[in-house]
Order: sequence, then structure tokens, then C-alpha cells
Amino acid sequence: MRNVKIRNWVIGGGTPVLLLAAWWLLSANSSDPFFPPLETIIVRFQELWLFDHFQSDVLLSLGNLFLGFAIAGVAGVALGFVTALVPPVRWMIDPLIHFLRGIPPVALVPIFISLIGFGTGMRVTSIALAALFPTMIATVDGIRGVSNDLMDVARVYRLSRKERVLNVLLPAAMPHIFSGLQVSLQVAFIVMIASEMLGSSQGIGAMTLLAQQSFMTADMWAGILLLGVIGFLVNILFSLLKHKVLSWYIGSRRMARAA
Amino acid sequence: MSARQAPALPIRNRKSTMAQQPETRISATTPRLDVAHLAKTYGSGEKSRTVIEDLTFTVDAGEVVCIVGPSGVGKTTLLKCLAGLHPASSGRAAIDGRTISGPPPEMALVFQDYNRSLMPWLTVRKNLILPLRHLKLPAAELKERCDSALSAVGLSHADNQYPWQLSGGMQQRVAIARALAYRPEILIMDEPFASVDAQTRFDLEDLCLKIRKDFNMTILVVTHDIDEAVYLADRVVVLGSRPARVLRVVDVDLPAPRDQISTRSLPDFARQRTEVLSLIKRPA
Ligand SMILES: Nc1ncnc2c1ncn2[C@@H]1O[C@H](COP(=O)(O)OP(=O)(O)OP(=O)(O)O)[C@@H](O)[C@H]1O
Ligand SMILES: [Mg+2]
Repeated sequence: MRNVKIRNWVIGGGTPVLLLAAWWLLSANSSDPFFPPLETIIVRFQELWLFDHFQSDVLLSLGNLFLGFAIAGVAGVALGFVTALVPPVRWMIDPLIHFLRGIPPVALVPIFISLIGFGTGMRVTSIALAALFPTMIATVDGIRGVSNDLMDVARVYRLSRKERVLNVLLPAAMPHIFSGLQVSLQVAFIVMIASEMLGSSQGIGAMTLLAQQSFMTADMWAGILLLGVIGFLVNILFSLLKHKVLSWYIGSRRMARAA
Repeated sequence: MSARQAPALPIRNRKSTMAQQPETRISATTPRLDVAHLAKTYGSGEKSRTVIEDLTFTVDAGEVVCIVGPSGVGKTTLLKCLAGLHPASSGRAAIDGRTISGPPPEMALVFQDYNRSLMPWLTVRKNLILPLRHLKLPAAELKERCDSALSAVGLSHADNQYPWQLSGGMQQRVAIARALAYRPEILIMDEPFASVDAQTRFDLEDLCLKIRKDFNMTILVVTHDIDEAVYLADRVVVLGSRPARVLRVVDVDLPAPRDQISTRSLPDFARQRTEVLSLIKRPA
């Protein structure tokens, strides 16, 4: 059991290291302007992002991402609850949900990119809007999936409406909500980068695109590398949060499988 | 509800002055629980299904009544009507003369699907606390209620575990403890001892009789076990199918206090369990 865990960690951590090493070796003497040596990229990475543009661009991008994602998360859950629990709203929103359900969330990104204007406000808005729907739909599904038995318990013990929402429906729907949030996070990340590539002169996306347009390929690769690292770290943070909030769910699933 | 009909109980969840009514005020004529010509049909139109057609029986305050009947006859349906979870299709169920139209405050229900009736995201203790939150009890009383309910079902050691970490029988006892901590005046249980071992089952049966005595609780238990029904009950309601109807209400006249060994070895015990059994076995 323990050994398997260690082995997984070694494979999980070792593979990227191996790939980087391969990249390093294969590109060491490269004179192809499009594939500069990894060494050059890393030097540029360090010069650009640590810490010259850290505040002006990296923090700006991350700030937009988190703000947009947070708004989308809270609003998505809230709207999901209203949609699931208020019949007239449900009748209005249901067709939209059925429509959206068939479309991969990423395919909606162009809509929101076209909404992007200039300025941080607009960018955060488009991130939030794009990331809203996956969470909202997952929340609606989650609430509908709450078993009647639990709701019967809530009724017999006369829980107040507030308790039913906050102490029964919300936790019961949480596993669904988290899978929605996961998709929302991906969408938010994509829209964050896209919004900077289109409507901005600041941010990691803007810097990366600018580097590409001015044939500074090492800078471009450095930007892509940074985006990769950020995506990786953000996902780790997210799954830490998920393991904390959903520890009961993960534990009960493991128990059910073992039985 | 009318204060006149409220029995005096040392425990209650409602904030009301009725708790102070002396016991002599219990109306001799109005039963605590009155089921009169109750019918329940699920669905409507083509797909409708009448589960209960015409059910009549009563439960007096402080009585233990057991309901026995074949599987699928509609026992759970009946309990859900009594708990105000399903509206009756016709006839009525009433507490102290008030028709039940929603979950009554003085009632707790232990569900048959105990494993689906506990909140998996809450520890055992927090499962017990959830229904008590809106009662705004002082912290000390909250703790006392949980502690005593958990120790009554023998789960004091499990209070920080999650339901899914427990065996089926333990989960069932958590569901019972939750109802006990709620301190209802009327306790309804749907096959509450179905998945516990024989020893625990005897203990829980005796617990049931003890809380009836200590708290003057009115208790209604659905069970498949005829011996259990006769051992526990003042009266056994025998249901026949289908749709569900009362075959007979058997008055159990066994001396109190009951004892697992001596009561079960009484000739009267054997006679009454035979009476119930023959009703159930009888070809419909
Ligand atoms: N919500 C429902 N909608 C439609 N039919 C239902 C519903 N609940 C129960 N029934 C039907 O009503 C009948 C009686 O079910 P019920 O659960 O009340 O039986 P029971 O006597 O409790 O059985 P058991 O002893 O197996 O628990 C069954 O045929 C069942 O299919
Ligand atoms: Mg049943």
C-alpha cells in the first residue's frame, strides 16, 4: 500500500523531470529560431518573470483569474440553488441548461472573448461569465440528485428552510459542485489568457503573444512555461481544497469500493 | 392544538406552557394518535396505485403499539403519512385530535433506510445535533442529550466517526440515537432493529420500553419479527394486503415490567405470538 503510493509519487514526479531533461539535452545545441535551447528559455524565464514582470504582469493575471473564478463560483452556486429551488426560475433556465449541457464549456469561450473590452473590469467580467455556467449547471444537477430520504429526514426533524439549504442541500450537492468548479477553473484559466492576448498590453498572455509577434521565441516559450507552471500550481491548490472539503465523500467512496 | 388534550411530559421540544399541564388533564377519550379510514394512493390516473385503502386504529398516550404485516403491504407508507411526509388520499390521521398535515413537532421518525437517512458529511454527534439546532438549547443540555442518547444505544465511543465508517447495525443505532436526542413525545420507528445482532436487539427492545416508562413516550414500531412485536407491544396491529387493511388489533396482556427471558417463556406469550402468526400466515 505504502510502496504503491511512493511508486506513484516517483512516477508522477519523475516523468516531468525526465521530459525536461530530454528537452534540455535535445535542444542544447539547437539553432532553430523556433526551438531555442531550454537553457536560453530558462534564463529568459528568470529574467522576465523573476521578478521583473512579476508584479506588473504575473500578479495581475493571477488576480484576474482568482477574482473571476471566485465570482463565478459563488454566483454559480447561488444561481444553481435559485434555479433548482424556485420553480418559475427553473422553467425559465431549464431550456438554457439543456442547450448548454451539450456544448463543451470551452466551446463557449469565443462568446466571452468577443465580449472582452479593455480594462481589468471587463476582463474579470468575461472570466466570471464564462466560468459561471459549469458551476451553475453542476449545482442544479447536484441539488436534484439529493436523495429524497435525506430531505424526508430534514422535514421530519423540521429543519428550517435555511438549515435545509445550508446544512443539507449544500453539503449533499458538494461533490457535484466541485466537479463543476473544476471545469470552471479550466475555463477561467483559458479565458484569462485569451483575454490578455486580445485586449491587453499587460499580463502573462499579452507578454507571451507580444514575444511571439516580435520573434522573441525564447520569451514566448518562457511565457508558455510560466502558464504551465501556474496551471499546475492552481490545480494542486484546487485539489487540496477539494480533499479538505470533500474528505467525507472521498472516504465514503473508498469505503464503498472496499466493501 | 388545544391545551386540554396535551399530556404532561417531562420532555418536549415545543416552547409552550402546555408542558406544565398536570397529567390528569389527559383526555380519556381522545387517543394520542388516531388513524381513521386512512387511504393512500400513489400517483394519479392510469398509473395510480392504491397502497392503503381503509385503515383505522388508535394509539393511546404512553402506549407501545407494533405494526406487523407482510413485506410491501404499505407499512412504510403508513408511517410516512403519520409523519406528515405524504398527504393522506382520504380519511385522516390525527394527533390529539388535530389532523396531521405536515411533520408534527412532537414526533420523531426512525427511517427504515437508516443508511440513507444519516448525513454522510457529519460525524455521528453532529448528526444528532442537526435536528436540535433550531431548538436553541443551552450548550450543556445539547451535550447531555447527545451523550445520553449515544450511551443508550451503546455508541458513546463512536461519536466522532462518520456514519459510513460504521457497520449497518451501528448506523441503525445512530438513527435511533438521533431520534432519542430529539426527545419526541411520539416516536415512530420503521423496522429499527432489523440489522443488529440478537444481543443488541434485546438491549434496544428493552431501551424502547425504558424510554416509554421514563419519558411517557408514545411509541409505534413497525417490525417483521412477531416475537418482538408481542414482547414490546401493548397492542399489535396486524395488517393484511393488498391494499393494506387492519386484519386485527391484538391486545397483548403480558405483565409489566417485561423481561427478555421470563416474559418470553410465559404461556401467554406463546399464545399471543401464535395468534398474530396465524393471522399473518392465513391465506389471504
Ligand atoms: N413513493 C412511492 N411511489 C409509488 N409507489 C410507492 C412509493 N413508495 C412505496 N410505493 C409502493 O407502495 C407499496 C408499499 O410500500 P411500503 O414501502 O410502504 O411497504 P412496506 O410494508 O414498508 O414494505 P417492507 O416491509 O418491505 O418495508 C409497494 O408496492 C411500493 O412499491
Ligand atoms: Mg417498509
